[in-house]
Amino acid sequence: MQHSIYPGSQRTTHGLLSLTHPNKELFHRQRAMLRSVVPAGFPSPADDYVEQRTSLDEHLIQHRESTFFMRVAGNSMNGLGIYDGDLLVVDRALPATHGCVVIAVLDGEFTVKQFLHTPEGQILRAAHLDYPDTLIKPEQDFSVWGVVSWNVHKL
Amino acid sequence: MQRAIALVDCNNFYVSCERLFQPRLEGKPVVVLSNNDGCVVSRSQEIKNLGVKMAMPWFQLKNLAKRHGIIALSSNYTLYADISNRVMRLLSQYSPDQEVYSIDESFLDLTGMDGISDLTEYAQTMRSTIKRCVGIPVCVGIAPSKTLAKLANHVAKKHKQFHGVCDFNAMSARVLDNLLARIEVGEVWGVGRRSTERLQQMGINTALELKFSPAKRVRAEFGVVMERIVAELNGEACLELDEVTPPRQQIICSRSFGMPVTLLEDLEQAVIAYASRAAEKLRDQQSLAGGIQVYIRTSPHKKEAQQYQQAILLPLFEPTDDTRLLCRTALSALRQIYRSGFEYQKAGVMLTEIIAVSARPRTLFEDVAAQQKSTALMSTLDSINRRMGSGTLQLLGEGVSKNWSMRRGNKSQRYTTEWNELAVATTSTTP
Repeated sequence: MQHSIYPGSQRTTHGLLSLTHPNKELFHRQRAMLRSVVPAGFPSPADDYVEQRTSLDEHLIQHRESTFFMRVAGNSMNGLGIYDGDLLVVDRALPATHGCVVIAVLDGEFTVKQFLHTPEGQILRAAHLDYPDTLIKPEQDFSVWGVVSWNVHKL
Repeated sequence: MQRAIALVDCNNFYVSCERLFQPRLEGKPVVVLSNNDGCVVSRSQEIKNLGVKMAMPWFQLKNLAKRHGIIALSSNYTLYADISNRVMRLLSQYSPDQEVYSIDESFLDLTGMDGISDLTEYAQTMRSTIKRCVGIPVCVGIAPSKTLAKLANHVAKKHKQFHGVCDFNAMSARVLDNLLARIEVGEVWGVGRRSTERLQQMGINTALELKFSPAKRVRAEFGVVMERIVAELNGEACLELDEVTPPRQQIICSRSFGMPVTLLEDLEQAVIAYASRAAEKLRDQQSLAGGIQVYIRTSPHKKEAQQYQQAILLPLFEPTDDTRLLCRTALSALRQIYRSGFEYQKAGVMLTEIIAVSARPRTLFEDVAAQQKSTALMSTLDSINRRMGSGTLQLLGEGVSKNWSMRRGNKSQRYTTEWNELAVATTSTTP
């Protein structure tokens, strides 16, 4: 049964998963499949150890409300393992510290770059030899949109 | 202890959502148009400065738009709903009592919050957190009643010196009354256009004059609702926070067509689509409907064209949430009111006599097996549409081409709910 575990699943006192499903009949069928019942009526000793399955959302998303996904276009971040078409996990709640990778808004466009605080000023750095640093000029329309916390790359 | 009710309201909400994912719209005059690109439903500050009013029809604006380079976007409710949910969930961390009042407004009860001495400062943290985490600017009004909190919010938005937070509780009565004297009575929450006119005839023009109007006379003239508004203006909280929205008693699904529709079969497709959507909403709140109303009408704005409008309410044999049954009934309703030879501009479906599933009346002839089968089918339908995107599985009668479907010429992407519509960040800036 593919859709046996819903996002809203919770552990109940029996150690079973409680499924938030509107359909009672389906619910009971799924429940019966989760709990392995031996003919004598004793539940499996493993029943008490059923836990929530590990989820990537939980691993990749620290702040649910401030996390957004973005798509990468271009190859000039390859040096940091960020490739064309990759999926970025962007958290707006994280501070843009020296050296982190950010989504910046430069003259109205989104760009993904390494963010550096230097004595000369703020710098956006690509991770590719062909691309020089961009020093932010005071008259430029610039802001940090969010901090890239993960890159999801398909192998 | 003095009540402290906050109203948090997002500034130019739809425009702010669009700007979040299209930063180049920052500083430009932007409007968001209603379904079908009909009229203005959200305005950027630049647009407000041009004197464009809310709900102004887009066609009246076209000249102004050309002159000032106004950017008009179709409404993208999928995006707005997701951003709204994020704002509301963040806000819920600031108070144990929250009432989500609309897509962009929320009441919070801040009365007697432990360890917080300065509510203005607290509200400022709230504002900056929402701006940083979700990118939406908000204003906060704080007052002893909901009606006053609404006005405090209005003041926070209008007057720059408040920096987005206005706490009536922190003001002297004289300062507060001075502010209320500058607010037109029509701005007061719950005072409609008609009452405004009648109040003005009585010489009540400002929020302050309404506050000090004689309670007895107001009650005699306008009834208890207005009396309550006056009490609320005097700082007496009469309206409590509704923490949970009660299940809706009516579910309406209606829309204007992208182009005039004349054929019965096109109307049938539309009505089936609306009935299906309404049935989905019905099951979402675990209710059953006992009746279904269908209405159709021509465009009242096309004065030269022949006008026709008609509605009909059909009872259902027994309360149901089955899309198939609701659609069948809606169709027979439509066929009863349809007249050929008219250019229809709008159709709608309304479900009435709504009861909870748990309150389903038992009848002598009910077919329990059929009911269970229907429930199973509907929940499969819903779960597929939830997982694969709405409209994945639909009744064939809805039609695939949808000649009648809404005009949404300039809708932005669904940046937060569709994998293939995410915002794109380029790695290279043009050197």
